[in-house]
Amino acid sequence: MSSAENGMDRGLLVKTFCGLLLRDLRVLSRELGPFLLRVGMQPLLFLFVFTFVMPRMAGGGAMAGVGPGFGEVLLPGLMAVAIMFSGIAAVALSLSTEFGITREIDDRVMCPAPVALVAVEKIIFSALQSMLAALMVIPMAMYIPATPVYPDLHRWWLLAIVMILSSLLAGALGLVIGSSVSPKHIGLVFSIIVVPITFLGCVYYPWAYLDKIRWLQVAVLFNPIVYISEGLRSAVTPQVHSMPIWVVLPALVVFLWFLGRLGLRGFLRRVIS
Amino acid sequence: MRTGVRVIVEIEALTKIYEGKQRVTAVDGIDLEVQPGEIFGLLGPNGAGKTTTISIATTRTLPTSGRVRIAGVDVVAHPAEARRFIGVVPQYNTLDRSLTIYENLYYHCRYFGFSHGQARQRSEELLGQFLLLERRKAYPAQLSGGLAQRVQIARAIAHRPKVLFLDEPSAGLDPQSRLAMWKAVEELRKEGITVVLTTHYMEEADALSDRVAIVDHGRMLAIGSPQKLKETFGAQTMIHLALRQMEGAEALATGLRGQAGVQSVEVVGDGLRVFTMGGEGVLAELVHAASPLGLRDIAIAEPSLETVFIQLTGRDLRE
Repeated sequence: MSSAENGMDRGLLVKTFCGLLLRDLRVLSRELGPFLLRVGMQPLLFLFVFTFVMPRMAGGGAMAGVGPGFGEVLLPGLMAVAIMFSGIAAVALSLSTEFGITREIDDRVMCPAPVALVAVEKIIFSALQSMLAALMVIPMAMYIPATPVYPDLHRWWLLAIVMILSSLLAGALGLVIGSSVSPKHIGLVFSIIVVPITFLGCVYYPWAYLDKIRWLQVAVLFNPIVYISEGLRSAVTPQVHSMPIWVVLPALVVFLWFLGRLGLRGFLRRVIS
Repeated sequence: MRTGVRVIVEIEALTKIYEGKQRVTAVDGIDLEVQPGEIFGLLGPNGAGKTTTISIATTRTLPTSGRVRIAGVDVVAHPAEARRFIGVVPQYNTLDRSLTIYENLYYHCRYFGFSHGQARQRSEELLGQFLLLERRKAYPAQLSGGLAQRVQIARAIAHRPKVLFLDEPSAGLDPQSRLAMWKAVEELRKEGITVVLTTHYMEEADALSDRVAIVDHGRMLAIGSPQKLKETFGAQTMIHLALRQMEGAEALATGLRGQAGVQSVEVVGDGLRVFTMGGEGVLAELVHAASPLGLRDIAIAEPSLETVFIQLTGRDLRE
């Protein structure tokens, strides 16, 4: 609708976009502490319990799955979770209040740009936070586990592509949730959507290991998180078996396209009556 | 590029129908034009279609049919461009709760393409103009309703729009804040900003507006200056005569109906209600004629938009 505007001043569009981004940066800068805690606490505890505490308790024997090597499986998985959580928190949570009683989004919607730009900015800003959150996991994995996990950064370009696509995807999912769920139910969404797609998102195990439970292995293919975890696995820990990258990248693009459109449509519906 | 546009807001045959379980026609063929520099009031009861009309004009609602142009720009075809000319103060407080008062102004300017320096300068200027300098670091949640309203007006005009839309600006304000808000709107006139406001307070429409459109059930019933509306729609001075004895009141009414200056007479519970043009000339005669029935009180109500509204719809504004 509004994307078909002719005669739009491109310079103004860029300035407006920067204005929106600067506003979000300002707000984030004020809450940097809580932000770091929010994104850092989960991977920190996960790595501590599963790769530091448990291996010591088990003495390397009883818990086969949690032996050395689990750290390698966990690193990309935790990065995927970090991306997912910050994406959803950054977009869905903020939108649910801004769309709620306060209608704070109104002033930004009234800026001289197509309304979709406001939504796109939300996705991009959340993607930046997601990437920051994912990168924070790497040093933790190097220092916390009993057996340190070093990411293989030889294919850094692949890591960059997967991170960018995944982060945008997480933001798009956040937009879908934020624009379709009422503020009252936003907490519920975490339990019935975010937690299941995380646990069934090949975060704590590679997708290939699911071959013993064939139906599940097929079912999770509809879960976008699977491609985020597998893509990161392929980029960061190539020694662990992962889905071929020629499957992962197109899947990420398709999910990004689909969720992005759905989210934008929901956003426009909420804003324009 | 569009200098020389004479009309700032043009609304043509505007309709908005909400389809659903219940089909609601919120706006039913409104036409109006607002000239540069004027303060224009949309007066009507709640649910008359005022807010919907403003929402369409400010690109937030899509019309079912008809068109709105702001400074010559069609708001449906080119909403983003139209928004450059529009400032909006909605009914509710939509200030950005995560930003201070200063930042609310500053980032608003940035959204409109101001550079850092320009945005800072403009924000400072507005803080001064709206007497907000001391509250610059406060957050919106810390402000009273009247103060928040002032910040919203400051923010809405920060990008120097051609027209400012105020939706029920005094809803929820205490009388003092309302007067302060009226003053702020009057000040805008000096800056040459056109103002369109909706209200269901007739005093507000009367005090602020150069012209008023009276709307009800999505239709425009009348348009003109408050003075002209009062003259055209027979808003008369109403004189209430309270009588001790009602016997003979009917005969008195009949007698008065023939008097020069008296438009109509109604017998009401405790006396007579006499509608006159002008009022003062006939007062002495009314007193004289009513004395035999024990005239105990006289109340005179001057013509107002309220009486115009009653005349047009047969209903009270607040019903």
